[in-house]
Amino acid sequence: MRALVWRPSRALAPVLALALIVACTTTPATSPAPTPRQTAGQSPAGGTPPAGTPSGSGEVEIFSWWTAGGEADGLEAMFEVFADRHPEYQIVNAAVAGGAGTNARAVLATRLAQGDPPESWQGHAGQELIGTYVAADQLEPLNFLFEEEGWLDVMPETLIEQISSDGNIWSVPVNIHRANVMWYVPANLEEWGVEPPTSWDEFLSTAQTLQDAGVTPLAMGEQWTTLHLFETVLLGELGHEAYAALWDGTGDWNSAELTAALETFSQVLDYTNDDASTLPWEQAAQLVLDGDAAFNIMGDWAEGYFVSQGLDPADGSFGWAAAPGSDGVFQWLSDSFVLPSGVDNREGALAWLRIAGSKEGQDAFNPVKGSIPARTDPDRELYDAYLQSAMDDWESNELAGSLTHGVVANDAWKVGIDTALGLFLADRDVTVFQTALAVACTALGPCE
Amino acid sequence: MTAARALRRHWVPIAMLSPSIVLIGLFVYGFIGWSLRVSLSEWQGLIPDYTWAGLANFADLLNDRRFQIDIRNTVVFTTFFIGGCVGLGLVLAILLDRKVPAESFFRSVFLFPLAISLIVTGVAWRWLMNPSTGQRTTGLNLLLDSLGLDALMSAWHTSEPPWGMAFVALPAVWQMTGFTMALFLAGLRSIPEELKEAARVDGASELQVYRRIVLPLLRPALLSALIILGHLSLKVFDLIIALSGRDLRLDVPAIYMWTTTFDANNYARGAAIGIFMLLSVAILVVPYLVWSMRRETEL
Repeated sequence: MRALVWRPSRALAPVLALALIVACTTTPATSPAPTPRQTAGQSPAGGTPPAGTPSGSGEVEIFSWWTAGGEADGLEAMFEVFADRHPEYQIVNAAVAGGAGTNARAVLATRLAQGDPPESWQGHAGQELIGTYVAADQLEPLNFLFEEEGWLDVMPETLIEQISSDGNIWSVPVNIHRANVMWYVPANLEEWGVEPPTSWDEFLSTAQTLQDAGVTPLAMGEQWTTLHLFETVLLGELGHEAYAALWDGTGDWNSAELTAALETFSQVLDYTNDDASTLPWEQAAQLVLDGDAAFNIMGDWAEGYFVSQGLDPADGSFGWAAAPGSDGVFQWLSDSFVLPSGVDNREGALAWLRIAGSKEGQDAFNPVKGSIPARTDPDRELYDAYLQSAMDDWESNELAGSLTHGVVANDAWKVGIDTALGLFLADRDVTVFQTALAVACTALGPCE
Repeated sequence: MTAARALRRHWVPIAMLSPSIVLIGLFVYGFIGWSLRVSLSEWQGLIPDYTWAGLANFADLLNDRRFQIDIRNTVVFTTFFIGGCVGLGLVLAILLDRKVPAESFFRSVFLFPLAISLIVTGVAWRWLMNPSTGQRTTGLNLLLDSLGLDALMSAWHTSEPPWGMAFVALPAVWQMTGFTMALFLAGLRSIPEELKEAARVDGASELQVYRRIVLPLLRPALLSALIILGHLSLKVFDLIIALSGRDLRLDVPAIYMWTTTFDANNYARGAAIGIFMLLSVAILVVPYLVWSMRRETEL
């Protein structure tokens, strides 16, 4: 989706949500989709937000796109922690279903245009928030909160850097997902006589072996998963320093190294399944479980999917490694909550953010959602074998931000790159692709 | 008759109509005007910015490779969609008009797909047109394979551009053929039997009766079908989203508008795409409206 969307909990949910949107946009006479407003905790019957709420009471409206599966349950768990600590507030859950974010962001844009921000909303930490909401002066910097709560000591320095602009921290990250993970089934690899490759060169020779044996080397899905693969190839081929330089304007999008990386990417695409463009990410991951494909590169929400299919990360029924060439680098993305400027109930919003950044809040949310806390001091007992290994990497690895999931590029730039990628998939011309990427960085990104 | 007298005589219908006139004026024409204004501005990001940009957004679009693909895709889709619906619909209508037994049963069968939303059609055909090969072959390809018709197995909508787009028209034709059939059937039923009888008495063959009498008299039905199908195909969005997500090879202006406006927050350019779509539909619909209004005044 969206197709730069991630983690749709049900394959059909985006489609159904789009049906709703289409129904609303193509028939002007119908009323706009109602925002589901469910009140959790002690709520007065038929409560409407009182005007000019006095500090220390009232409703706290939390806006997100977490409406189903582990993420909705995780949010509910965090609401419970909040209700325990702050019985004086009532949480209003303003979650907008569907499309993992696309619809929610359209609704949020409308509310901000009307000057009616919720007390806090969910957004991908990094440039996605900075490029859209900070640029429009909608957020308050949170440096004071990070200092008061001591979060600067428990969250990695690079993380803080990558979610800030001009020294201002803009959101409270509640979780961390890893993007550069390669998934496989160890027993199958043994049968086919291959090892998980550690570089893209190695991948290409392994892939040839697999293809000769009649196995699809790499399972891929619809276009946003291709963008996801693209960013891991860039990271693996360029290394994390040159990768980071691409996004801050100091790197050269016309370099020969990038040309080589794009050529590798083009070769990798030749080893993917021929129905990739028709599969959602879950079905692409399923190809690996079914033994139709050897590897899948997907963020670690895939682990949640494997577990939901009855597999256990502790017994070796599926395996994982860093995507080729990126061992020792943690390519991250994060869901975070913000403090809107000019919000009705600022005290309530701050109370929520304190919970969202706390050890207790994050340890309530993450085991259920299937991600790791942004904090480096979680209660490890609560997490499964994969998540524990991810925590080790989160503490020790170099950090690189994800493109597909909103960390390194603002929305306009990301759409520009996605369009260039889409055109590349149609014509497979590396030179044209590289030129389009360079133009996108100049027109929409920080390049001169 | 003076205006005052007209008002006195017709105040009830005027009063009844005015709320909808006001609402349509505001929510349709008002917003068209507003979109036009936005499309001539520099609005990017969440904050409205009405700085005058002239036709820059439109000029950018015409030089945009993605938009050129969109236009090509729309042309391919429209051609196959309208051709398929009109051709098949006409054949079905003529067959049904030949007094087949259980006609109403067949009519309902052909009309039923119309009751399904395009999203559902898209999801179902996404499974049917699955392009997997080898052991994972499913859907229509599996059917063709088991019938021994392997030669017809296809990559369907994932074929090389622009032919993938022609396959996208397949589910749309499946859905809308019943509708054109109904239009043509109504047209056929309105042709007086005497005309055909007279031609037959004069020695015309059955083929000549259809070519010289029936088809020319079906022209109004054909025109309605073209207008309705044409504006649907220029606005197609839901079917493609359900069928292929946002695969750029199957991109159309409506999807580009959505992406530009709500993902990239480029409201000015999104509005420009919207205005472009409006104009392309207007080119189709306005001559029809003028023509039918003129006919009404003649009557």
